[in-house]
Amino acid sequence: MRTVRALTAALLAGAGLLTGAGLLGPAVPALADTPSPSGSASTAAEAAAGPTEAGTTFRTAAAFRQGRQATAEASTGDYLYWVFPADTGQRPTVSASVTLPEAAARHGSSTWRIDVYDGLRRRQPCMYGMQSRTVPKEAPAVELSCTLRTVRPWADAWDNDALPGSYYVRLTVTGLPEEDLGQPFAARIGAVSVDQGGAYAGGGSLAAPLVPGATTEDAAEAEAGASTPSAVEARAPEDGWSSGWWSDRWVWTAVGGVLGALAGIGGHALTRGSGRPSRVPPAV
Amino acid sequence: MITRKRLATGACALLAALAAGLFPTGAAADEPAAKESPKVELVLDVSGSMRARDIDGQSRMAAAKQAFNEVLDAVPEEVQLGIRTLGADYPGQDRQKGCKDTRQLYPVGPLDRTEAKTAVATLAPTGWTPIGPALLGAAEDLKGGDATRRIVLITDGEDTCAPLDPCEVARDIAARGIHLTIDTLGLVPNAKIRQQLTCIAEATGGTYTSVRHTEELSKRVRQLVERAADPVVTPVATEGTDRCTDAPQLKPGLFTDRETFGQHRWYRVDVLPGQELRASVSVSADRAVNDDYGVLLRAVTVRGREIVRGSEAGHGRTDVISTGLRYPKPPLDDADGDAKPAAETVCLQVSNSFSAPPGVKTTPGMPIELAVDLVDAPEEASDVAAFGLGRGWWLLAVLVLAGFVGGLLWGWLSRWRVAVWRTN
Repeated sequence: MRTVRALTAALLAGAGLLTGAGLLGPAVPALADTPSPSGSASTAAEAAAGPTEAGTTFRTAAAFRQGRQATAEASTGDYLYWVFPADTGQRPTVSASVTLPEAAARHGSSTWRIDVYDGLRRRQPCMYGMQSRTVPKEAPAVELSCTLRTVRPWADAWDNDALPGSYYVRLTVTGLPEEDLGQPFAARIGAVSVDQGGAYAGGGSLAAPLVPGATTEDAAEAEAGASTPSAVEARAPEDGWSSGWWSDRWVWTAVGGVLGALAGIGGHALTRGSGRPSRVPPAV
Repeated sequence: MITRKRLATGACALLAALAAGLFPTGAAADEPAAKESPKVELVLDVSGSMRARDIDGQSRMAAAKQAFNEVLDAVPEEVQLGIRTLGADYPGQDRQKGCKDTRQLYPVGPLDRTEAKTAVATLAPTGWTPIGPALLGAAEDLKGGDATRRIVLITDGEDTCAPLDPCEVARDIAARGIHLTIDTLGLVPNAKIRQQLTCIAEATGGTYTSVRHTEELSKRVRQLVERAADPVVTPVATEGTDRCTDAPQLKPGLFTDRETFGQHRWYRVDVLPGQELRASVSVSADRAVNDDYGVLLRAVTVRGREIVRGSEAGHGRTDVISTGLRYPKPPLDDADGDAKPAAETVCLQVSNSFSAPPGVKTTPGMPIELAVDLVDAPEEASDVAAFGLGRGWWLLAVLVLAGFVGGLLWGWLSRWRVAVWRTN
């Protein structure tokens, strides 16, 4: 009976340790940069630090980091490009809000759309979120969002899986009366991630994240003595790219091992009964 | 204690190695290395119609002048700015002469603000609207060097100098491969001007803005001039072929080419064992195209076996359609220290399925942008899970059960052994 109680206690303790560590686990390497939406002074200051212009091609895309807000003013019909980094285990949600031109100057409904592309310019599907929305003539603004798939550390070359690296966002109007082209609008865009934790911790890893311009040639140049940061570093998240070795799977497995050992001891003890076998002399 | 220290050192070394592996110290790929300063030319319409007083109660010309003054004050230092006018000099009715009326008001170069402002102040609305010749002239003004170029066209009237279609002119200029973008601004535009100006902008990857207020005009022009100052990587022009065997050999970098409807282009890249090829391609729709389109990028061996492909299809209004692919080539198993492993030639095929409505010119082809990267091959996964580690309540249950059963068996076994030993 004592053994059983001890075993239960051990199990409970193990489980407590596990859940605690499991919750803390993803926070340890500080992968995710997910600021709370509550507008503290520092978050507001950081939000203000995002770019105020957008690019018009993949090459000129304006870079911002997750948790920051990028703004831009442009003419309807323009294609606006931004780029942000996303790392292993994150599931980014891109949200855009467009302040439309004044309703009096518009002639009909318009359709707005965001598209997300990865560092290889492959279009990424949205798991959910309104990626495209049609708004009536009178609408003052339109909100769009797109939740990407969880970023995995490795994928087959034949897969289109989300991989760590740069993610491009393109915002544009896809349908409007022709006479409404070229009117001024303002856009605000941001991305935040949910950390998916160890459930998505996979084996394998890329040698370099999918960042455009991460060439071996650059590495050779750096060896020759250039001190400028590489494209990969320049486009990294705030804390750099994660090395990818940590996940809460270590905790689960270790705790599992401990529990297994305890259970083994318990099982062994059960076979011994409550005392020593009567026939065994005390010396053995 | 020593063991612990050693462990710590080991862990540190491991971390350092991991970090080094993850962050290959490299020079910035898109850092401009002492580049030439960007060139911008403002092309201003000074035709008779600029007299119309419909922008904030003042004439279009006055609005343009006011905007120019503000813009000239705010031009970034590094930008070389020039000004060209169209329809500024010939007031007569002769179409031949009127359609040649374009001249450079202020040469492209380091800006003397006072001089430029004085030059602008002298302008008075006069003549015709020869947009095509003005664009050709502006392209000529911006010639030379490897800087990024931008033309900002401000006009209020459609081109009256057919048969030279300004849109065709813009596409021809873009096809010269001199990284020239034309942004257009229409002052109180009507349908025809809008169509013409959007066509010009589309053909060169520029933007179109319609202007109804002075403030809008100065803000937009300032934004466009500042945009020109942003450093960008300029792609290298290349010309793909229709077979792999004589295709151009590409090193990692950014390339441009042109491809007409239904055409495909081949390129070659050398990939060493232990390297990963990353290629992305964008095909720009620089003219009116039908609503459904696609792009296909294939990596093929020299013998014609397809390794991997990237494809994308789309529908509706778009500027580009793009796709990409990765081809990791595994490292050789018998890695000899001395012998350099032979590189594999990978053929890249870029094809598009754009189609054009009747009446749209198909030449020159649509611009392609091809980015080629070679990085180290990824670390293949021996297990789907990270390091083969487990996770979840099932794992715990199995481990506990296995431990318990193991303990029981061990206990019984030892009891049985003791019993056997006792009886003997």
